[in-house]
Amino acid sequence: MHEISVIVNGVRHQASVEPRTLLAYFLREHLGLTGTNIGCDTSSCGACTVLMDGESVKACTVLAVQADDRELMTIEGLPANGEWHPMQKAFHEHHGLQCGFCTPGMILTAVSYVNENPDATEADIRLALEGNLCRCTGYHNIVKAIAAAVDAMKSGAARSSATA
Amino acid sequence: MATAERYVGGGVLRKEDPKLLTGEATFVESITPQGTLYISIVRSPYASASIRSVDVAAAVEAPGVIAAFSGRDLADEWASGLPMAWPVTEDMKHPDHWPLAKDYACFAGDGVAVVVATGRAAAKDAVELVEVEYEERPSVTAIEDALADGAPLVHDALGTNECYTWALANGDVDATFSRADVVIRERYRHPRLVPNAMEPRAVVVQPVASAGDFTMWSTTQVPHIAKVTLALTLGISESKLRVIAPDVGGGFGSKLNVYAEEALCLALARRLGRPIKWVAERSEDYVATIHGRDLVQEVELAATAEGEILGYRVHLLANMGAYLQLVTPGVPLLGAFVYCGSYGGQAYSIECTGVFTHTTPTDAYRGAGRPEATYAIERAIDRLGREVGLDPIEIRRRNFLPAGENVPSPGGLVYDSTNYDGALQRALDILDHDAVRAKQASRRERGDPRQIGVGFSSYMEMCGLAPSQVLASLNYGAGGWDAATVRLLPTGKVEVVTGSTPHGQGHVTSWSQITADALGVPFDDVTVLHGDTAIAPLGMDTYGSRSLSVGGVALHLACGRVTDKAKKIAAHLLEVAPDDLEFEGGVFSVKGVPDRAKAIQETAFAAWTAHSLPDDEEPGLEATYVYDPPNFTFPFGTHICVVEVDTETGAVDIVRYVAVDDCGHVINPQIVDGQVHGGIAQGIAAALFEEALYDETGTLQTSSMMNYLVPSAAELPSFELDRTVTPSTTNPMGVKGIGEAGTIAAAPAVINAVVDALWHLGVRDVGMPATPERVWRAIQAAKRGGSR
Amino acid sequence: MIPTAFDYEIATSLDHALSLLQGGGDDTKLIAGGHSLLPLMKLRLAGATALVDIGRLDELRHVREEGSAIAIGALTRHHDLGRSELLREACPVVAQAASQIGDPQVRHRGTIGGSIAHGDPASDLPAVLLALDAELVTRRGEGERRIAAADFFKGPFTTALEPDEILTEIRVPRLRETSRSTYLKFSRRAQDWAIVGVAAVVDCAEGKIETAAIGLTNMGPVPVRATRTETALAGVETTDEAAISAAAAHAAAGLEPPFDTYATAEYRTALTGVLVRRAVRAALG
Repeated sequence: MHEISVIVNGVRHQASVEPRTLLAYFLREHLGLTGTNIGCDTSSCGACTVLMDGESVKACTVLAVQADDRELMTIEGLPANGEWHPMQKAFHEHHGLQCGFCTPGMILTAVSYVNENPDATEADIRLALEGNLCRCTGYHNIVKAIAAAVDAMKSGAARSSATA
Repeated sequence: MATAERYVGGGVLRKEDPKLLTGEATFVESITPQGTLYISIVRSPYASASIRSVDVAAAVEAPGVIAAFSGRDLADEWASGLPMAWPVTEDMKHPDHWPLAKDYACFAGDGVAVVVATGRAAAKDAVELVEVEYEERPSVTAIEDALADGAPLVHDALGTNECYTWALANGDVDATFSRADVVIRERYRHPRLVPNAMEPRAVVVQPVASAGDFTMWSTTQVPHIAKVTLALTLGISESKLRVIAPDVGGGFGSKLNVYAEEALCLALARRLGRPIKWVAERSEDYVATIHGRDLVQEVELAATAEGEILGYRVHLLANMGAYLQLVTPGVPLLGAFVYCGSYGGQAYSIECTGVFTHTTPTDAYRGAGRPEATYAIERAIDRLGREVGLDPIEIRRRNFLPAGENVPSPGGLVYDSTNYDGALQRALDILDHDAVRAKQASRRERGDPRQIGVGFSSYMEMCGLAPSQVLASLNYGAGGWDAATVRLLPTGKVEVVTGSTPHGQGHVTSWSQITADALGVPFDDVTVLHGDTAIAPLGMDTYGSRSLSVGGVALHLACGRVTDKAKKIAAHLLEVAPDDLEFEGGVFSVKGVPDRAKAIQETAFAAWTAHSLPDDEEPGLEATYVYDPPNFTFPFGTHICVVEVDTETGAVDIVRYVAVDDCGHVINPQIVDGQVHGGIAQGIAAALFEEALYDETGTLQTSSMMNYLVPSAAELPSFELDRTVTPSTTNPMGVKGIGEAGTIAAAPAVINAVVDALWHLGVRDVGMPATPERVWRAIQAAKRGGSR
Repeated sequence: MIPTAFDYEIATSLDHALSLLQGGGDDTKLIAGGHSLLPLMKLRLAGATALVDIGRLDELRHVREEGSAIAIGALTRHHDLGRSELLREACPVVAQAASQIGDPQVRHRGTIGGSIAHGDPASDLPAVLLALDAELVTRRGEGERRIAAADFFKGPFTTALEPDEILTEIRVPRLRETSRSTYLKFSRRAQDWAIVGVAAVVDCAEGKIETAAIGLTNMGPVPVRATRTETALAGVETTDEAAISAAAAHAAAGLEPPFDTYATAEYRTALTGVLVRRAVRAALG
């Protein structure tokens, strides 16, 4: 067993884990953060995507021990000050989800991408989602939602810089 | 009582979303009762093998392992085999199907033993310690091979690989064909598809040993059907089994089934008195969850020289896989009546043979039978047009059944309402057809390596399963009704209990819209309960695009019963006759005296206190309606796909996709569009990407999301959608199903477009999926002089 | 989805990693980003008795100019390669190919060293390094080796690395002003491995191709150079479409490409001719 210390959604957790424990299982079964879904076993579907130091990673392809000392965010930690992230709002408004199983991974992949590419176009967004599979939506509304969030995040950033 | 519709047809946002957007949803994998044991299943690596012996001793000794069992060890647990509800003919062959194989394994992935352990990893580790002695036998995975003389038998006891042959004929088919000017003969192959709902299957069973009760959480579309059938398989009282489908991550037919793992978890919970949990890994799901399609079609059209279709003759070979799952044999029959699609004719015959192979069983996958039928007719009519010199638009127009109501079809059905040319015309307008054709012509002229093709699919389908009497005539083992209960609580809030079981379709939202409008209550005051046999005991679940046109109509009618009763109570309270009242916006008021009024919420309170009720009324304000539809519904539309084919590499790129669908009245436009988007994506996936392949040993080669190519956003276009609205005459709401339409329509539109792009090069057909290599090979073959 | 159990050690320095590797048993493996190893371990297609985690060795994470070479630390992630200003300016084909590996999540974890050391013939960067005549720097005990890319890949999932040797750095040349390069990847889905990939580095002078280097992905057990095509391209005018096509047409001659669920060998062979022509044209701009 290995001792690890991780910050998840702003809270530090210390835990003792088997080295073979995948981050996805650590989050779900040790921390009870079951919003991180597991959709495949080949790192293909992206349902388990979480943010590690702000960047999207597939939690099924990271060992919990590799996350030691890192800062993680799962879907449960995305809202800020009790308010949904613009990406969550956009998925709701544009019907970017149906069964919702791929949704946490989709949203976190999108958040990571848009944070780094604030001017993403629809074509950019489609390519950025290459590692996230959805079987319900045909992606049409997911792409629309993310494009709307791009605008919302831009105007949000403009607002906060104006008030800064 | 003309209640102004406030929510139906409007743009309310989904009530389902918040928990799904925040990680608060409860999928089965997240349910772990105290003391849960995990199971892991030992699966045959061979497509066909005798099981000589199973030794679990080493596994049982491993850390954390509680028990391990072979198929023979558990033989006494089963009162009957796993359920199969659709014996399509009297003499259909039906092999034994036990939750674990006892004597022989007949597909790679067939369960042969199970390990029970305190943790997931321990169970998985111990699986490798179970020693199974197999004697490998020859196997067969392709339909035609399985029917060949001397083919290895999947089940020796049956003496044949032929499961059944089912036939249907209307009119004098042979005479029609003999007098036809033109006969088109086409042969199409539908690849085997893996449904791939994003949530892998999972089951948890919690026993209450002292009471003999079981609660099962399962990733199922059909908790009601599972409850009845699993009670029979396990030999437990149906009343002791509660089945819950919590949040379910997609189904597409793959969860319209009753599976070995559900039975195993129940049996082990009964045997060990502990909660039992199984979660499929994705690669396990690839072999242990049903597949779809896998069909060979021979399709003939008889027509006049002017292109008018006179007759249809269809012959199908359908791969059943190794066992018959819940509705395996019946899947081709769901398409068997609609090989004529939107078109007329005088004679129609179809024959279907089901075939056993050493493969994962097939069953209903989104569209189930109708994508196959639609593909056949929409491809063949294009070919007929080429033969008689008519473009895809004109050949369709020449053969469309007339616009109208209750239109008889060559397949022997009566279509509720039709307006096929209306949808086609709308799609053409959106496309700007002439401009696309001009661009196509210029690319052809200059011999551009990237050629453009335009493909049409003027589909129609039958859904809303189904009138129970029709199901009886097809020998299906259950009814086609559904149920809804509407309950006004004392405070005026509303609970709706539905027998439909959503897994992504947004029932809670649509049902709230219907209820809010019918009762005149706020949308947010409606709570919809579903997916738990203890809460919603009456139901037939969600599949076959039936929810709205059966379960939704049941809800609509139950609302009517509630308002009828509420009206009597209101009349009593207002001391007038019910006929003196009108109902609008949730308020009963005396005609001409709007001040004398009772809100429906007040009648609910009065019904609860029961202090003063009409003499013949019981307390409480709730009603149930069990609705059995008098007919199917028949949605339709035209999809047009424009592709760019790279003739050097064979790569196909979809550059436009226009879809005009008609599903009658629309409750929630956003949800309907979403269903169409997702359906189209699955149709495109079948046309261009997905194919389950077995190697010569019967091993599934495409056994993960790495090599079974579910497309991502990067491979798909955005879609251009519109609607026409032709209300159904089947039900009082005028609604039709929409869950499968996109999948049914899309594949032939795509392939027709690919063929259209390459026709001038001599290509006459490209098989599905039209992979770059398949397209490239078709071009090479045409260059060498003739692809067919 | 659950690997077999293993021991785990975090290396605190390269020397520490080397000693752990040396002291470990046969099935002691290195893990960096883990995006080659963990997928196999999850499916139990690969096992390890112990993992040595070198993921925290910052000394192996850099992209810097050293003389005429760009030195890339083995732990540099694909994501960082793709965004490296230095690479985009001095050797853009590396950045371009790295941006096409896997998907964004994979690129956030996967490293160039892991990808190279894994020796997967379908992997994108090896063909690029081959076309660039890159040099691979390794450490074993106290000893350092510099291995030409052409000598590094020995077979499918087999490289010149000894079991206790660690790939530490990849050195690619700064391309000349007159060099043009591209990486063209053909796959069914964006996230997939290449059916065929082509790395083209073309040097031009006075309207003619002086030299061309063509690396091919997934056209055999190891990444290969299309030497006949390279020879045929030398001296061809940059506008001579017919000559470029003719040179490219035989790019796969003599190769034995794989046959899998994505494509047959025959198709890969034909596809390579098309892709090499397009890659050369794209490089020429």
